[in-house]
Amino acid sequence: MNIIQILFWFLSVVAIFSALMVITSKNPVYSVLWLIVTFFAISGHYILLNAQFLAIVNVIVYAGAIMVLFLFVIMLMNLNKETEPQKNRWLKMAGAVAGGCLLLVFVAALKGADLKDQEAMVNEGDIGLIKNLGKELFTTYVVPFEISSILFLSAMVGAVVIGKKE
Amino acid sequence: MEKKNNMPINNYILLSIALFCIGIVGVLTRRNAIIIFMCIELMLNAVNLLLVAFSKMHARAALLAGDVSGSAGTDGQLFVFFIMVVAAAEVSVGLAIIVMMYRNIHSVDVNFLNRLKH
Repeated sequence: MNIIQILFWFLSVVAIFSALMVITSKNPVYSVLWLIVTFFAISGHYILLNAQFLAIVNVIVYAGAIMVLFLFVIMLMNLNKETEPQKNRWLKMAGAVAGGCLLLVFVAALKGADLKDQEAMVNEGDIGLIKNLGKELFTTYVVPFEISSILFLSAMVGAVVIGKKE
Repeated sequence: MEKKNNMPINNYILLSIALFCIGIVGVLTRRNAIIIFMCIELMLNAVNLLLVAFSKMHARAALLAGDVSGSAGTDGQLFVFFIMVVAAAEVSVGLAIIVMMYRNIHSVDVNFLNRLKH
């Protein structure tokens, strides 16, 4: 058990525990804070896989921008109280059973897959560095990149139009 | 290449499955629209993690097969980048819709949104 495996298991446990806390917290603000912990754990996984660009983007975009937006909306609506109406117990149980069944199906499908000798490179390999990704992004994927800027523009206009008072 | 610097891909697949199923359970059991939205983000992130792990797996396979160009697997990481871009746009529009819904029915409870039923 070397340091990389210890880090892998530690980050996995943190990610799964905080994801569980996201769906079990009564207070939406706590849910957002636990989701930020999850995103940081996933960023740690990216760093472990030597995908440094994605790790930084994940922290900036997800843990930074998107979560601030969520927190802002929750504060704006004054939802930070624990009076959320709950679904009844049977519906909750049915939801958990449905999710558990999906988990079972996925794990069973994984058992049948022939992946025994496939391994991911950890802590080495330079495909995740900005230099390589940038070269690929601005040569092969330059058209999707430009289209995504139009998507952002339309999303901004859409958000303003939807959020505007009549 | 040393053995100790590799992680079986099954570990990453199992972790992603767990996170994805937690997201599914959250969507099915909560009534707050914002928390449902957050669970969707969680599911997106589980898929992103799996894509990065597969890209590193692909890079290793290409390296073992003698490919020296060193660019195998970049596609997977760029896919993750584009998924993040689309997720950011989706969140801005989705939260605007939730704010709109709160303004109209003074709640973010999805059970009040059953007008299509009648």
